[in-house]
Amino acid sequence: MTLEVKNLKVEFPSRRGTLTALDGVSLSIARGEVLGVVGESGAGKSLTGLSIIGLLEPPGRIAGGEVWLEGKRIDGLPPEEMRRVRGRRIGVVFQDPLTSLNPLYTIGQQLEETILTHLPLGKSAARERALSLLAEVGIPAPEARYDNYPHQFSGGMRQRVVIALAIAAEPVLLIADEPTTALDVSIQAQIIELLKRLARERGTAVMLITHDMGVIAETSQRVAVMYAGRIVEVGPVREVIKSPLHPYTVGLMGSIPKISMSRTRLVQIDGAMPRLNAIPAGCAFNPRCPKRFARCIEERPDLIGAARSSACWLHAAS
Amino acid sequence: MPLLSLRAVSRDFDVSRPLLDRVLDGEPRRMLRAVDDVDLEVNPGETLALVGESGSGKSTVARLIVGLYAPTSGSVTFSGRRMQMIFQDPYASLNPRWRVRDIVAEPMRILQTRKDVAELLRQVGLSPEDAERYPHEFSGGQRQRISIARALAGEPDLLVCDEPTSALDVSVQAQILNLMTELQRRLGLTYVFISHNLAVVSQVADRVGVMYLGRIVEISPAAEIFSRPRHPYTRMLLDAVPDLELSGRPRTPVAGEVPNPLSPPPGCVFHPRCPHANERCRTEKPQLLRNVACHAVAEGRI
Repeated sequence: MTLEVKNLKVEFPSRRGTLTALDGVSLSIARGEVLGVVGESGAGKSLTGLSIIGLLEPPGRIAGGEVWLEGKRIDGLPPEEMRRVRGRRIGVVFQDPLTSLNPLYTIGQQLEETILTHLPLGKSAARERALSLLAEVGIPAPEARYDNYPHQFSGGMRQRVVIALAIAAEPVLLIADEPTTALDVSIQAQIIELLKRLARERGTAVMLITHDMGVIAETSQRVAVMYAGRIVEVGPVREVIKSPLHPYTVGLMGSIPKISMSRTRLVQIDGAMPRLNAIPAGCAFNPRCPKRFARCIEERPDLIGAARSSACWLHAAS
Repeated sequence: MPLLSLRAVSRDFDVSRPLLDRVLDGEPRRMLRAVDDVDLEVNPGETLALVGESGSGKSTVARLIVGLYAPTSGSVTFSGRRMQMIFQDPYASLNPRWRVRDIVAEPMRILQTRKDVAELLRQVGLSPEDAERYPHEFSGGQRQRISIARALAGEPDLLVCDEPTSALDVSVQAQILNLMTELQRRLGLTYVFISHNLAVVSQVADRVGVMYLGRIVEISPAAEIFSRPRHPYTRMLLDAVPDLELSGRPRTPVAGEVPNPLSPPPGCVFHPRCPHANERCRTEKPQLLRNVACHAVAEGRI
């Protein structure tokens, strides 16, 4: 396994007591695999990514659990060591490419700096490598664009540059947090292709965090569905989409509009996800769940099952 | 008779640098044509959706319809009494210092009419007690419900909705889309629905206009657009939508990007990305002909 997260717990101390933002999140990603992490705002998907790369903003803190990268435990590493892991072993792509690029430097300078920081290469070898990275992510005429500044690129091209930066040091893991959300649908399709190719050709493990099940359907082998700080269902993409187990996943899949020839009423999950300070006892989804019964209100279900699992008492072997 | 019609509507924006800089560098004025020669009609009781990517001009059309922009040329004719607009961002479109009661009642103050705020709130799935609360106490989906209640308070014939669900989570989006469909059935509303999301559009629209770089390239009944797209751009857009059904249907990979609207390509604006472009496409602008603006379609080449 390239990445293994075991029972991760993240807390935010606040004046009115400690809020648990992630509660027992476990997941793993193999070499060359794309794992999709899907959920709505506040489900904890971005927080999971940030905790893995050690960029949790204080006062948030990891209160329990372990993060393993290629057999080495990386949670709790000293900041300087963690900084080397980030960039060298783990590449990161965020939603807005402009937050990852420095507007005052050319993209060539930014790529070279990253390469020189993480790899034992000389200046001219770094330039060679930067050019081949730009070609690999699909920037046309990389020589000509090398000395351009970020503002001279379109949104889609900027995201390609960010991906080039993220993979510059040949990381074993790429964490992409909503990498296509700010992009138009035709550009989104091209970035999806690029991410898939990276996983296939370089063997990079990819954690793709998004609210968009469609993007996950196109890219991932497996998907983890998050709700209120927990993973409620994990399994192969096709199975989770075609026959979801958890009632939340069922509702989520039904509420996604699909291209259809007729106007139909969408499946609706009434209510909204609970806030962190008001997570109900038992299963966090129970107040919105059409199938709840007594046990759901009293006892919190854990993920049950191996390759295909869901955290729901309906599917617990009694 | 159509409720709303746009005839040869264009809108330019002046994007020149400041006068002094221009004079010093000997630069001409620069105009950006955001909407170029758009014709469309909206009939009472129907939903016309406009889809397109960023820079296609769809939001500018919405603003031209409600009169937030004046057309540079062409005319907008509205034969109804009133229209209202619903915006994308439910955080920016509600005054944070007003109670929901005052927000919803604002159109009535202006129109000098009286409607029951409690009833309006109930109509959009909120409770009458919500009238005394402030916008920050509500989630994004609930705020969009407040925007809809405010729009209904103005007793509109036409509702112009600019990406009304794009800022919402998917389960909340489903709630709002269902609500809008119900209200239309109950109140006989007419919608102009602007969206970048083809799947959303297929759920709400009777007719769909596809926009690219300020022009309508195809406008047809929704069932036709989604089952037999004719313009190469419409086909490309549909192919780019992620395939949730995992049907493995064959799709052509998407190439290229929308060109800079400051210097649109000559001829058909889509020709640099079009697999069917020929010499005529590179020089002559296609006009809408039986709902499609494409030389290749008109000549029967595709």
